[in-house]
Order: sequence, then structure tokens, then C-alpha cells
Amino acid sequence: MPEGGIGASVKRKEDFRFLTGRGAYTDDEVRAGQLHAHMLRSPHGHAALGSVDTSKAEAAPGVVCVLTGPDADADGLGGLPCGWGITSKDGTPMVEPKWPVIAQGKVRYVGEIVATVIAETAEQAADAAELVEVDYRPLDAAAVTETAHRDGAAQIHEEAPNNLCFDWDFPGEEAAEAVDAAFEAAAHTARLELVNQRIIPHSMEPRAAVAEYDKGEEKLTLYCTAQAAHAMRLLLGAFVLNQPEHKFRVVAPDVGGGFGSKVAPYAEYAIICWASRKLERPVRWLGQRTECFVTDAHGRDHVTEVELALDAEGKFTGLRVNTVANMGAYLSAFAPLIPTFLYATLFAGQYTTPAISCNVKAVFTNTSPVDALRGAGRPEATYLLERVIDEAARATGIDPVEIRKRNFIAADAFPYQTPVALLYDSGSYERALDIALEKSDWNGFAARRSASEADGKLRGIGIAAPIEATGAAPSAIAGQLGARAGLYESAQVRFNATGTVTVFAGTHNHGQGHETTFAQLVTDKLGVPLENVEVVEGDTDRAVMGMGTYGSRSLSVGGSAIDRAMDKIIDKGKKIASHLLEASVDDIEFDSGTFTVSGTDRTISIGEVAFAAYVPHNYPLEELEPGLDEQAFFDPVNFNFPFASYVCEVEVDPETGSVSVERFTAVDDVGNIVNPMIVEGQVHGGLAHGIGQALMEGAVFDENGQPLTGSLMDYTLPRADTVPSFDLDHTVTPCPMNPLGAKGVGEIGAIGAPPAVVNAVVDALRSHGVNHIDMPVTSESVWQALQSAKAS
Amino acid sequence: MYDFNYRKASSVEDAVSAVTGAEDGRFLAGGMTIIPTIKQRLANPSDLVDLAGVGGLTGISVSGNTVEIGGMARHAEVNASSEVAAAIPALARLAGGIGDPQVRNRGTIGGSIANNDPAADYPAAVVGLGATVRTNRREIAGDDFFTGMFETALEPGELVTGVSFPVPSKAAYMKFPNPASRYAIVGVFVAATSGGPRVAVTGAGPCVFRVAEMEQALAGNFAPEAVADIKIGDDDLNSDIHASAEYRAHLVTVMAKRAVAQANG
Repeated sequence: MPEGGIGASVKRKEDFRFLTGRGAYTDDEVRAGQLHAHMLRSPHGHAALGSVDTSKAEAAPGVVCVLTGPDADADGLGGLPCGWGITSKDGTPMVEPKWPVIAQGKVRYVGEIVATVIAETAEQAADAAELVEVDYRPLDAAAVTETAHRDGAAQIHEEAPNNLCFDWDFPGEEAAEAVDAAFEAAAHTARLELVNQRIIPHSMEPRAAVAEYDKGEEKLTLYCTAQAAHAMRLLLGAFVLNQPEHKFRVVAPDVGGGFGSKVAPYAEYAIICWASRKLERPVRWLGQRTECFVTDAHGRDHVTEVELALDAEGKFTGLRVNTVANMGAYLSAFAPLIPTFLYATLFAGQYTTPAISCNVKAVFTNTSPVDALRGAGRPEATYLLERVIDEAARATGIDPVEIRKRNFIAADAFPYQTPVALLYDSGSYERALDIALEKSDWNGFAARRSASEADGKLRGIGIAAPIEATGAAPSAIAGQLGARAGLYESAQVRFNATGTVTVFAGTHNHGQGHETTFAQLVTDKLGVPLENVEVVEGDTDRAVMGMGTYGSRSLSVGGSAIDRAMDKIIDKGKKIASHLLEASVDDIEFDSGTFTVSGTDRTISIGEVAFAAYVPHNYPLEELEPGLDEQAFFDPVNFNFPFASYVCEVEVDPETGSVSVERFTAVDDVGNIVNPMIVEGQVHGGLAHGIGQALMEGAVFDENGQPLTGSLMDYTLPRADTVPSFDLDHTVTPCPMNPLGAKGVGEIGAIGAPPAVVNAVVDALRSHGVNHIDMPVTSESVWQALQSAKAS
Repeated sequence: MYDFNYRKASSVEDAVSAVTGAEDGRFLAGGMTIIPTIKQRLANPSDLVDLAGVGGLTGISVSGNTVEIGGMARHAEVNASSEVAAAIPALARLAGGIGDPQVRNRGTIGGSIANNDPAADYPAAVVGLGATVRTNRREIAGDDFFTGMFETALEPGELVTGVSFPVPSKAAYMKFPNPASRYAIVGVFVAATSGGPRVAVTGAGPCVFRVAEMEQALAGNFAPEAVADIKIGDDDLNSDIHASAEYRAHLVTVMAKRAVAQANG
């Protein structure tokens, strides 16, 4: 068996090209005769849009054309589509206003495109954009999540009274009644009002696109920063551009990070495709960092009231959640899914709470649209749950560890049906928590707190026990819940004649390490050396229709599709081997790259079988087609459910309010692990992201919808010196729902870290009378909380 | 970025004549503010006159009780200078805390003080040490140099050639950085100088300022407790998404106290 199979921490195959500047990104796609697009964007959060006079810009040097909203209408462009529909509690569908690719009649957020200038150079396009005369009439804005749906708020879309997109109850009336009964009978209750603040995705590589229309072939090619090339093609082609799928190629080459923000089809991509088709020249656009800040889909932005009912023993008996979720000015592709089925379905967490209900009001505001961002709904759910549990621990006087243990779903209770639709397949929650407590030296905390106090500091410790649902599935159920796309994944495993393997996958690698991990699957199962396996993703002309990479689905869904395709390879290989070895196919065994006639020493390698398949001189052509090239689709029967236990320890400087994360212990269970090094990297990234949300990140808009965090000078990201060295461990509870036993890992850190950090901060401040503090927990917010507590 | 003329000056005189002769000329020192501003199309100078090749503007020297730093000395050079570290360790540390390594290897002391960003670090040292700013035309007392937000006593065509820092008996700079930009939300420079204690505050207000009440208290007792209870008013302080005026006022006291403690070693 070659080295580098499942379980090996092999170094990433793709890193050589990334680390030596040989990566090929969208902006590296240079085309002869290319034009450059510049997007003129609204400086207003809300304004009536009068005339857009492009005459001076059109006359400027190098300008080829200037496109406006009416031009898009005249050419029959559709609006940007939404990929998930939600039904309100009164049975009406969500309000889904048209999102034109270029604004028409009104602008509804700062950054909305009002005109596109196409010129010979990027500088000429930018210069000419300043000559476009736009008649804005500023309007009152509704930019605040909590108040946007109240009477008197400015109205953003005519068809959405009170800016309400949907008003959703889940799971339904019966559950709400059960929750009411639980609260009536409760011995204790805990309640929190909390904000899960809006955060902005930050990829190393800004969004970019290059479109090239070939009039001869009537074929459009779009290179862009996409996480899901086929979905991009489907949504842009069918809904916006009216470009047939067979005449539309979307390529997502190397992409420098996505975090969910590169899934949705964006207006810029549609515009440059349209312009290229119109002008018959290649057109390119490269987002500037300042554009990323206002146009890459933001994440989170919930205002929530959560209440937990408990019996006298501290068992959770009911959970009630009321949330206002900010959609931004328009519905981005998966925005409605996030505060609904990716959110409320997680309210059971790792616990046996029997009655759960919630109401979610989704509102439009004069802010950038939101969509998936690392975790997408699950961080919001986990945060409110793990925070209210700590509040319940305080209210009941039960230790935060003990109260969790009293309520965990027992390891022998799986499969476990939660009251919020999900059927958990497996879990062993107490074991993970016990390991985390041990590794974090939970029992030694008192001594460390004393040492901090001697130094004038406050020290706190916090736990979070997150669960998440990854690899969303199955397609049939998702369809019933409002999905407008499938949730399977595809793969094609192709042996080349000389025995090397090319894997075509419908997923996309933008930091996850697929080129290595997927190759390891092939090495492990087919015995082909790692260096002889190539993974190809992100090209609709090369890979079969796949759904892309998001929601921590690539290994559990896409990897399983590869596994299925390899099963087909082995099946066919056995038939070829049986012919070559002159034995019955039933007697052929396959292991570690070798076919053997059972009970004999007659063998043939899979490489020789592949050669015979492509050079079929001695081959059963009457019964079997030549070639060794198989494809498979995998549509899982269920989500999979990674879980973790995190322990965070912080130190607070009470004079300044500064918080530093001193220790962070993470015990994750992501099922079977293919490459432990890559998994650790994913956990590190997720934890840093979560610590960033807890302590630093936050998009701020003023009441007019003006973004106040428009650059990295004002928006704080976590850095190497603001996150601790993580102490990681894992348990392995294989997922029974896919052939690899794998679960997702890309998001769990970002889901579990925020409540762990905030619980630790509140623990540090508790002795000063502080029982809650909202994210981001900045030094001033801590100082103000201490001041208020002192005053009262 | 708009187009502009780039000129590399060969001498101070050449630089000054290039700037004054241009329609809207600007000196280019490290470019840590002007270049990003131009890139964002927020500035549109006709000419940038690069000082990098001008002789006599670089270098760091210590003679007697004075540290001389050339206007084009990079922050990283000041930070790494053993002479500065021996004479005014607080100044070397301050330079090492500006921005990030890229900024410290490009940014210059002359550029920093001429720009007079209200949250920049160097103005606190210039005022806190009672330094003298040397230009191509004159010497300007540090106390008179910074006149308002992004405003200085420099006249058109006047160029910072260097800064002379008198060596204090002790000094320290304590910064509470903006977590995003790492500029000072509040930075306090304290020094025991031959002319008495100095307390200079950057970041908190529209321009660096001294705190007379703290200086008087330190004159009697150069100890943290002398300033620990002195609160400054927040009426004229900055207030933004990073820190309210009230919080900044509080931080001035905390940073002053800590700076004194550090100065006392």
C-alpha cells in the first residue's frame, strides 16, 4: 500500500504552487482585447434614483460603453435569484423583491451598482465613472435590525410592508403550546436578550471575474471566484442571462478563500457576462478591498430574545426563541435559509430539551445583503443556546459543567430525534466534554484566577458544547423545505491508460485542501500513489454537475461520491481482471491496488488492468466496454452532526476593559479523519474566526445606512497576536450516514468559539455583577459594563 | 489612483523648488498616508516629490544630551538604533510600536509629524520630550509645531529635515492601540525633562496635547499615584466607533499612570 492514505498527515499537494506564487487565480486570466469594468456604486443607503446621465462618461478616453439599469431591462436581463423560499406562519410565501443587477428607480444600500463603465483600461473606466451624473434624492433609511419592521420605519420595497420578508414559526403551533406549558410548569427560567452581530467576510483574494463570449460558438465563458461553479452557471444562466447551460462554461480556478461569501451569483459577474456578449470582447472586473466590504455578502445580524425553562433538577424543559434577522436590502441566494432551517433546527444542541419553538421575523434594511458566512445560522443558534445555559446555571446555582451533563443526549440514545426536525445519527457528548475539562485543567482554574487577581486582572473560564449539521441533505426533504437546488455531490474517477488517476469533483477547493484529501481517498482505496492522483474541480466543462463547496459538505458528500465512483472502478476492474487472469469474477478480490484470484498467488495490478482497459487487445469486448472511467452521484440520507466541547479562558484588565484569550482547548468530533493536519488547520481557522466574532469583528452602519467599518483600519480581524496557541484534541464517532464515516469540519470552530469566549468573559465579570455582554466584546464595552455594574 | 508626476529630488533645495513649482505638489517621504489616500482617489496631487534620494535627511546621532533624528529616518531604524535605545529607550520603543513591520520599514519621522494624524505616535514623543523640529528654514519648538488635526506650523515649501530630542532623565510611552489600525486610541508620553515633567497625549483629541495638571502633580511626586486620580475632561476629545470621549478620557489617566510606572522602571 502506498503511503498517504486515510489517516496520514501528508503535506498539502497544492501548497507548492500557492507558496511559490504559481497559483492561477481569476485575475491571472488575461485575454487578448480585454476590456475593464468599473462599477459606479451608490453612496447612499436609500435614495430615489432619477436620471443617470452617462453622456460625458461615454465620451471619455478609452470608454467603450456605459451600462445602466434601463439598459439591463432593454436587454432582458433577469434579477439575481434567490435559491431558497420560506413560507410565513400565515401560509404566504416570503416577499421576494426583484434584485436588479443595476439599480432601477431606487438605491437601497451603499455599494449598490448604479452604472458600469467598460473601458480599455481599468484606470480609464474608473476615471470615466466620475463623469457619470446621477440624480439621487436621498430618502430616510431603515438600517437598524431591531426597528426596521416597526411602524414608522422607512419602507424599502413597495411589496414588503413594514420591511417584512417573512414571519416564520417553527416547528409550529403544537410545539409552541408545549413550550408554553413547559414555562408554566418550570421551577426555574433563564432569559437573555442578545445580539449576534453582523460580520463581514474577508477572503485573501477579493472577488473577481473575467467573461469571454465567443460569437462563433455562441458560447460564454466566465472565470470567477466561485465556491460552486455549476450552481453559478445554473443561477446566472437560467435566471439572469438567459444563456443556455450547454453554451455557458463557468470556471472557478484557484480561489483565495470563500467562507460562504463566494457561493451566491453576484451582479458584477452577470454584468460583465452581459457586456462581453454585447461587445464581443472579453471583459474583466477585479473587486477592490473597499468594494468587498460593502458587496461581499455579510453574515449573521440577529437580535434575539431567548428563554429557557428548567425543572427543579435543572433539566431543560422548554426553549423559546424570538429573533429578528436582518436580510439586508435584497435577498441573496441563500439568505432566507440561514435564519430558518440552518438555525432553528439546531436549537436542541447537544441536549434533550423536549419542547422548542421559535419565531423569526426576517426584515429588509438599507444595508448590504447577507448570506452564508462560515457556520451560517448554526453559530447564531449555538450562541444563544450556550449563553442561555450559562445564564440558567447562574439562575439555578448549578455548575455550568454539571448543568450541561444533566441535559446531554446520552451516548446510547442515538439515533436521536430532536423536537426541531433533525435526527442525530451519532454522538458521545459527555466524553468530549470530559476530555476538554481534563486537557484544559478545569480543576486548576481557581489557582490561575488567584494568580491573575494578584496581578490586578480578572480571569474567567467558559465552556461551549456546539453541535452542527453539515452536508445538508437529502435533496428530497430540502426540496420540501424550500430548496430550489439539489444537495447531492458528484465525482468522476478516471484511470488514465498508464495507471495514473484524474478525479473530477463537483466541489471546489478554496483553502480546504481537497487536492490532497481527495487524492488520499484514492490512494487509500485504489492503492495508487498520491503523486499519481490529480483532482480537478471548479470547471463546468470538465467536472460533472456538482453543487460545490459550502456548509462543510465536501468530504462527507463529495468524498462519498468519489468513494462510490471508486466502487464502480473496482467492480469493473474485477471483470477485466477476471478475463486477464482467466478466473471467475466472483473469485477476484481487490486490495491495495492489486486484483487477486482468491486463494491463489495469481495477481494483476490495477495499473495493468487500466492499461488493458484502454489498450484492449486482450479484453472481453463482447461483454464489456473499454475504458476505466466511472462517475457517481451521492445524495446522503441525512445531514451529519459534528460536535465539540470547547473551554476558553480569558483575562480581563479591569482598568481598560481589555480582554485577552489566554487558553483555548478544543475537542472536536468530526467522525473519521482523512488528513489530521488539514483538520487541525480547519479547526484553527474556525476558532480564530469565532474569536474574531466574539471579541473584534462587527459591521457598523449609521442610521442612514452608511457603513462605518469600511476598511481594515476600522474593522478588526483576529491576528496571530490576538489568538492563543490552541490546544486541540478529538474523539472519533464515525458518521453512519456516509461510506467514509466523515463529518464536516470547516465551520465548527466558528460556531463554538463565540459562546465559549463570551461565557468566559461573563464568568470573569460575574463577581462585578455583569451577567451578559454583547459581541463584539470590545475593551470599551467591558469597561462600560463594569462602570454600569459599579453604578448600580 | 489618479495620474501624477513623480519626481525624485536630489537635494532639499531641489525638492522644495519642485514642490513649490508644481500646481499641487506634495513631498513624498515614506508615503504611508499619501499613497493609500491617492490609491483611494481621495487625494489628487499633481506632483509627488520623492525625498528618498536627498542627502542629509537620514541618519541618527546622539551628541551630548541630544538625540538627532533625520527627517527621513524610518521607524524601524529608530527602533533598532542602539544609540536611541541607550539615550531615550521610550523613543525606540515608541517607534517599534508604530503600525506593522511594513509601515515601520517605510514610514519616516518627518512624514509622520508633518502629517500630524491625531492618532499618530510620534507627536506624543515630540511634545512629551520637548523636542525641536528642524526644517529647511528654521527651528520650531515641539510645543508649537502641532497646530490642529492634520495641521502643523509648516508653511508651503517647508520641509522637516530632522528632529532634536533632548535626553530626559526618564520617560515612557504607553499606548492603548486601536485593535484594527493599531494607531493610538490613546497614547501618553511622560518624561522627566530638565524643564520639568511633561505629559503629552495623542489619539484622544484632535491634536496632541499636554496635561498641565498631571505635569504639576508629577513635579511634586513623579509616581503613578500622583496622576492616578487626575481625570481630564472629555468635552474636546474624539468619539468614534472605537471609543467614546468618556472612555478616552478614562484611558488617558490609566495610560499616564502606567507610563509613569514604566518610566520609573
